Amino acid sequence: MRALSRRTLLGWLGFAAWPMRAARGAPREVSVSIQNFAFAPARTQIPAGARVIWTNEDDAPHLVVASKGAFRSSALDTGDTFQFVFREPGSYDYFCALHPHMQGVVTVTAEAGRGAETGDH
Amino acid sequence: MASKDAHVGRRQVLECMAWAGTGALWTISGGTPHALGLLGQARAETAAPFTFLQISDSHIGFDKAANPDALATLRETIAKVRAMPARPAFMIHTGDITHLSRASEFDQADAAIREAGLETFYVPGEHDVIDEGRGRSYLDRYGKNAKGAGWYSFDAGGAHFVGLVNVVDLEAGGLGKLGPEQLAWIENDLRGQSASTPIVVFAHIPLWTIYEPWGWGTDDGLRALSLLNRFGSVTVLNGHIHQIVQKTEGHMTFHTARSTAFPQPAPGAAPSPGPMVVASDKLRDYLGLTRVDVARVDSPVAIVDATLAGKA
Repeated sequence: MRALSRRTLLGWLGFAAWPMRAARGAPREVSVSIQNFAFAPARTQIPAGARVIWTNEDDAPHLVVASKGAFRSSALDTGDTFQFVFREPGSYDYFCALHPHMQGVVTVTAEAGRGAETGDH
Repeated sequence: MASKDAHVGRRQVLECMAWAGTGALWTISGGTPHALGLLGQARAETAAPFTFLQISDSHIGFDKAANPDALATLRETIAKVRAMPARPAFMIHTGDITHLSRASEFDQADAAIREAGLETFYVPGEHDVIDEGRGRSYLDRYGKNAKGAGWYSFDAGGAHFVGLVNVVDLEAGGLGKLGPEQLAWIENDLRGQSASTPIVVFAHIPLWTIYEPWGWGTDDGLRALSLLNRFGSVTVLNGHIHQIVQKTEGHMTFHTARSTAFPQPAPGAAPSPGPMVVASDKLRDYLGLTRVDVARVDSPVAIVDATLAGKA
């Protein structure tokens, strides 16, 4: 029962996402800016398989670190970037290890990006 | 001017004025803090048996608009130390020695600070522990006699000094952190100390909360301070915020030092705590060092700040 409803939900998500993808393509890369000691946007939603690229636009270094350890950048100086491809659906809280009041979250949705991951970039 | 003594007294007062800069001088005597007037400063100047210096936030490697040459201003700071008429006992550096924990940055900082000719005691800032080894580079250089992430204590001039680390394993949404292992060590370290021994605690991030939205505080700082309650004289010296903030509570004096590299905005005065750009001919009004006079028995601890622009 539980598995069935989950599959149904995923089906609905996939169905809902399809017209968007057809219209403008699934987002393959999403940029997050680091400026004024904040992640902008702080909340990012992507399909599984997509890449997030963080760029430090501050005059201070920052680190992008997943709270549960999925990823950790090196120290990003001004203009430096860090990127990570999110293959597993889920919610990824992250913060700056230098300035831990800076927080963000990447939400990775299932299916929508999976099918589109092959080839067409 | 009537006598030689009067002349000397006036010169000493003027020297003190130069040292005081825009800062203030606090003393603790019998547990009651007093802000001293100029005569009091002169007395501290002549009577203090033991003096050490604090420098902070040298950020070697920083080259942005707020100060294109952080090494040059560190060297200017050290030149002021060398020019001091009375040689201090030693120096403490309250962290952010480097900007990016690079070996070359540590090397340059070491070479510049060595010019002071003073033994120097360090604690790391968060900028000093962002190498791949997460602080390994710092510990290899400065941690030989330290515990854990780099904390230690020593005795000098009748006072007990405790260097703490509150910049490692920081948690999302949190402030600075000492952690249970270090807190247990502090408790044990202080156990053998007499309540009449002056205690000087130094760490990078302020141990008390100055401005939470910018992370300017230490989550478990109060637990450390509670261990210090029984002491008659406690001085807490920090860096991190690149400006002077001070307060006294009971027997405790809290003081943060200027950076030798670049200023940061007053709490909440800007969208972020990032490096503050000021006119280049004003930069040295915002940079500086701190001198601390520690009394041996029942006499004041004096904290005096000087800017790079002021005379030493």
